[in-house]
Amino acid sequence: MKRIATFIIVVLVATGIMAWSTPGLLDSVRLGLDLKGGFEILYEATPLEPGQSVTKQSLTRTAESLEKRANALGTSEPEVTTEGTNRIRLKLAGVTNEAEVRKKMKEPAVLTFRSADGCKVPEKNATEKDIYCKVELVGSDFVENGAAVGYDQLNRPVIDIKVKDKKKFADVTKRLVGQNLAIFLDETMLSDPRVQQELTDGKAQITGSYTLDEAKQIRDTINLGALPLKLTEKYSQSVGATLGKQSLEKTIEAGIIGSIVILVFMIGMYRLPGIIASFGLIVHTWLLILVFVWADFTLTLPGIAAFILGVGMAVDANIITNERIREEFRNGKSVMSSVKAGNKSSLRTILDSNITTIIVGAVMFAFGTGAVKGFALVLIVEILLSILTNVYFTHFLLGLLVKAGLLKKPKQFGVKESEINAL
Amino acid sequence: MHFKKEFDFVKLSKYAYIFSIALTIAGIIALAAFGLNYGVDFQAGSNVDVKLSKTLTKADIEPVLDKIGIAKDATISPGENRMGIRFTKVLTEDQDEQLKAALLKLDGKSSMEVNTVDPEMAKELGRNAIYSVLISCIGIIIYVSIRFEWRFAVAAIIALLHDAFMVVAVFSIFRLEVSLTFIVAVLTIIGYSINDTIVIFDRIRENLRFGKQKTREDLTNLLNHSVNQMLMRSLYTAFTVFIAAFFLFLFGGESIKMFSLAMVIGLIFGAYSSIFIASPLWLFFKHKQKPNRKAVKPSKA
Repeated sequence: MKRIATFIIVVLVATGIMAWSTPGLLDSVRLGLDLKGGFEILYEATPLEPGQSVTKQSLTRTAESLEKRANALGTSEPEVTTEGTNRIRLKLAGVTNEAEVRKKMKEPAVLTFRSADGCKVPEKNATEKDIYCKVELVGSDFVENGAAVGYDQLNRPVIDIKVKDKKKFADVTKRLVGQNLAIFLDETMLSDPRVQQELTDGKAQITGSYTLDEAKQIRDTINLGALPLKLTEKYSQSVGATLGKQSLEKTIEAGIIGSIVILVFMIGMYRLPGIIASFGLIVHTWLLILVFVWADFTLTLPGIAAFILGVGMAVDANIITNERIREEFRNGKSVMSSVKAGNKSSLRTILDSNITTIIVGAVMFAFGTGAVKGFALVLIVEILLSILTNVYFTHFLLGLLVKAGLLKKPKQFGVKESEINAL
Repeated sequence: MHFKKEFDFVKLSKYAYIFSIALTIAGIIALAAFGLNYGVDFQAGSNVDVKLSKTLTKADIEPVLDKIGIAKDATISPGENRMGIRFTKVLTEDQDEQLKAALLKLDGKSSMEVNTVDPEMAKELGRNAIYSVLISCIGIIIYVSIRFEWRFAVAAIIALLHDAFMVVAVFSIFRLEVSLTFIVAVLTIIGYSINDTIVIFDRIRENLRFGKQKTREDLTNLLNHSVNQMLMRSLYTAFTVFIAAFFLFLFGGESIKMFSLAMVIGLIFGAYSSIFIASPLWLFFKHKQKPNRKAVKPSKA
């Protein structure tokens, strides 16, 4: 009686916890961009000037600026991560004005101060770019977020900017006294003031006939644009919100249908142990969702695929165990010893086969990127959980029933009396 | 279900070898002749997948593409409420926006997915995939050699490479698109294939302990007996995993269709190779063992 009570309590408590927590859990699963819409861009960072190299620090700073930029543009939860030595992955979801956001992210404004020092005498219809051929200062020379809107003596809006290295700026301005120092944003010249004297306080001013709004816009662009590195798009994926939602619904639908067929098969094939196995599978799925939420994993489409596939693989553990128990029956062993021997000898098989799959998963995780990594992670977590639930937990439940004497006949395991060899 | 009769798998494996070798040759020819139909992940370009609220034909789309100036690089594959457009060139930001705007004009409820990959990146992805397979194999060889013996490891590796190649061959022969998810699928198939093989090997190893197998016949019988013992489990498991992958293929999202298809094909080959390729191969290696040595090495487990 005590064992039956334990069995019932364990099952009821587990069912209760699952029923109570599942709706909340499902809501808090973080969905990938492929399931909720959004876009993902992988940038490769290169130095602004040739000859320089990309450092870890400059890469991190670029990523930080990108994140600030994304935040400033009003996207929700931008995700910016650095990858390898020179890559930055950017994930943005729930963007309404995708075109604008993407453009701003993709085309980092490069602020440069250029002079005509040592340039060829300009031809007749030369552009400003040709005239000012020498880059004196670049975006990373300016203080981040250092640009501000001010007013000149005539109360016209101007943009004040600060230089990090006062001495460098002093040297440049000293050399260029009497010449123009043009200020470029990307390839557009903002203004080309004449350098009146050596500037030692590290401050410069962009003047021009700007309206206040224009001045503010330039200020923002400069502040956001002070990226230490140049970015080029290497990979991009953009998913419409409707399409993402449809993928999610369809895949989950497929998963539910597949799971039901598997559960029906298990129960039909193995009767009572089949029901226990099915229960183990449900607990297994619930635990997996729990791990997803706790570890803050992002669920992507390949992740769901691994998820559903993992259910199929977890079934294997149950099939191996139950087939083994049946074999023991056919050899004429009693229920108790059949279950015991079946559980024990199947464990080694299950461990061996699952560990080899974990090895494959680990390699995928180590060498894969993006989708492959996510898939591998789900697979590994799933196999570990599967061993926990579909081996230990189901063995425990089955053991309780057998010891309680509720499972006495081979028929309850789906074994016909005629198949049993007499000892 | 329980078979009273035992099947002679060793005998049947001859036909399996012929079948597998024939398919391997066909695969090599197909690969040499047309290669693989690389998706955007491996061959630079842009891939556009559009969900429509009505059916649009090629004729509706072509003038639109023409106007943006991207018609000659495009391959359009229309479907019901769905359209795939594949560009051999990477769409620029502007072209992307123009296309989106034009599609919205044609169908206000359309939603699209755009994937763009740079050529360098694509090559790197492919390289990483091959490395992953090779390193997985080394890991498996080490593990299986420790837990079993080298003969099992080599037989298992040949079987899993066979499975992976069969999927690649089928995709090449039928010109199915190979994308990044295909790599995920092949790696999973390797995982499944090895899993399935190990389960059968485990039983062979167990049965080896029950006595000395002196002759070829002893070993052949042992193998047949072991596979027969595991037959039901192999079929059931292959069936349930197949069910999961099959429903994913049937109902799952468009972007994982090829993934699921690869899985379905791979699972069938995975189950088949464990029985008809890996096990007989092990027997073949075992037969080659020098007769003056002890017939059975004591198992380490």
